[in-house]
Amino acid sequence: MALLDLTDLRKSFTAPDGTRQIVVQIPRFSVDAREKVALFGPSGTGKTTFLHLIAGILAADSGTITIAGQSMTGVSEAKRDQTRAAHIGYIFQTFNLLQGFTARENVRLGMAFGGPVDNARADELLRRVGLGHRLDYFPRQLSTGQQQRVAVARALANRPQLVLADEPTGNLDPTNSREVLELIREACTETGAALLLVSHDPAILGTFSRSESLADLNHASQFRAPSPK
Amino acid sequence: MTLPLLIRRSLRQHALSTTVTALTVSLAVGLLMSVWMVKKQSHDTFTGQAGGWDAVLGARGSKLQLVLNAIFHLEASPGNVAWDDYLTIQSNRAVAVALPLAIGDNYRGFRLVGTLTNLPMVAEFGRARHLELEAGGRWFEDGYREAVVGSFAARRLGLKPGDEFHPYHGLNFDPKNEHQDTYVVVGIARPSNTPMDRVIWIPLAGLQNMSGHDPSTVSDISAVLIKLRSPIAGQQLDVLYNRQGNRLTFAWPIAREVAYLFDRFGWVDRVLTLIAWLVAVVAAGSILASIYNSMSARRRELAILRALGARRSTVFSAIVAEAGAVAILGLLPGYAFYFVIIGTAAAIIRAQTGVVLDPIAWDPVLLWAPSALVTLSALAGVIPAVKAYQVDVSGGLAPES
Repeated sequence: MALLDLTDLRKSFTAPDGTRQIVVQIPRFSVDAREKVALFGPSGTGKTTFLHLIAGILAADSGTITIAGQSMTGVSEAKRDQTRAAHIGYIFQTFNLLQGFTARENVRLGMAFGGPVDNARADELLRRVGLGHRLDYFPRQLSTGQQQRVAVARALANRPQLVLADEPTGNLDPTNSREVLELIREACTETGAALLLVSHDPAILGTFSRSESLADLNHASQFRAPSPK
Repeated sequence: MTLPLLIRRSLRQHALSTTVTALTVSLAVGLLMSVWMVKKQSHDTFTGQAGGWDAVLGARGSKLQLVLNAIFHLEASPGNVAWDDYLTIQSNRAVAVALPLAIGDNYRGFRLVGTLTNLPMVAEFGRARHLELEAGGRWFEDGYREAVVGSFAARRLGLKPGDEFHPYHGLNFDPKNEHQDTYVVVGIARPSNTPMDRVIWIPLAGLQNMSGHDPSTVSDISAVLIKLRSPIAGQQLDVLYNRQGNRLTFAWPIAREVAYLFDRFGWVDRVLTLIAWLVAVVAAGSILASIYNSMSARRRELAILRALGARRSTVFSAIVAEAGAVAILGLLPGYAFYFVIIGTAAAIIRAQTGVVLDPIAWDPVLLWAPSALVTLSALAGVIPAVKAYQVDVSGGLAPES
């Protein structure tokens, strides 16, 4: 049984002109446990919306999403919050660290809403991403590469079964980009988490055993890849 | 761990507004508690300061003026009472004790009160305690120009046994009105925390015969302090002097007359209480404004917390708790404000009346006023908390341009 399984997923927004615009329309998609999948899509093709739907941050118009046996559709927002806190780790392009909190506290918050806080695990994760000497540093005191490492540690803090990574290297230089990408994959392998990474960078796709184009998956009309003539 | 951490960090991030609003809360809570305590304690102590006396007999006039003059040693006497009137009430079977007082002179602003030598036996304060003297002193004797000085007056005037002084005519100190008579201090009274501490006691005849006084009124007195054998006796004498007679006033019961005084000035309490509550509302309003104004800046932070799995109810609670926490931070300086205000008020009231307020006395207001402020502040946090509750997570996570 797949860890992530979604069918007939559909999400639309109201456009400025008042019409409903379908942004995500995916008939079927799944990710197995421990699997690492890369999704490619240029900017504005609904990558973030897709991940937000999986994470339960956004509610789908229709369709089903199941993560580790927990449904993310047709349930209350509180239930989606609970499933996200317990089973999903999220890495953002802009890191989204809490600026008033130290690296250690940011990682602790990553596990605070899904279960008990394990301080030792938070420190261990930071050591694992090479920040054992920066535990009490605030995000502004860290380089961009270090900030994304904190975000990786935070995403793994709640022992997630699925890690969602939204353009995790988008704000990093090539060296940091390579290191962080490798770190995410290694960390997911070590913790047994599946990884679903979306990126607009085609170079990343080659480093994954399974990679797909969002344009192929997403049947929303404006994102469909043109048919070969 | 999570909620306290979120609150602590948020308060630190907004340290300036936190400090200012916490100080406003402290001012509000300090004012509320001190206004309440000054009102309550002054009411209780004034109405309970009758010195064991049930009634005062004096010249026809205001009962309140009579009580203020004879019990609290404030105000002028409404007039004189003939010695025969004293003898009449003293011999009344309903009267247990009658103590004559003669008032009309001062020493540097502190009143001289002429009375009988049995004063220390019959005057009471607290729980049936009698006036006592500091070591080395004795009570004055009839026929001698001797004085016993109340503790507060002695401290202020620097008098001690063996010192001599010349009284001044009238109740207000005027250096030009010095009497020729020389009095010797023979004792200093121990503190009673009553108006008696501000008085210089001398023999009744001494004041009546003071040089320069009108010889035609030499046997007159200012008032008679009375202890009754029963409450019914008070009603009988009330009818006798106040309704059937028209020369004298019988002020009974004393506590009721003092209560009338507080009723007259009740508006002052109400205005002060209103001001204190207005400050409390302003404090709650400033908490609301400071948190509400920061909500735009916090939108991203709240969205991140939600993305990490925090429920709407969690971020709502965090904002409400933060508002309450700002008030809690203000409580400690609030108690400091309280002690400063009530300490100052107590010093002024003691200097003016001899009545002593206890700044460290316990009262439920010391608990409910801070609790009310914290609750009010937490309620003020509900409005920004609703805004936090409604934060659009997806929009809040979008990269800032």
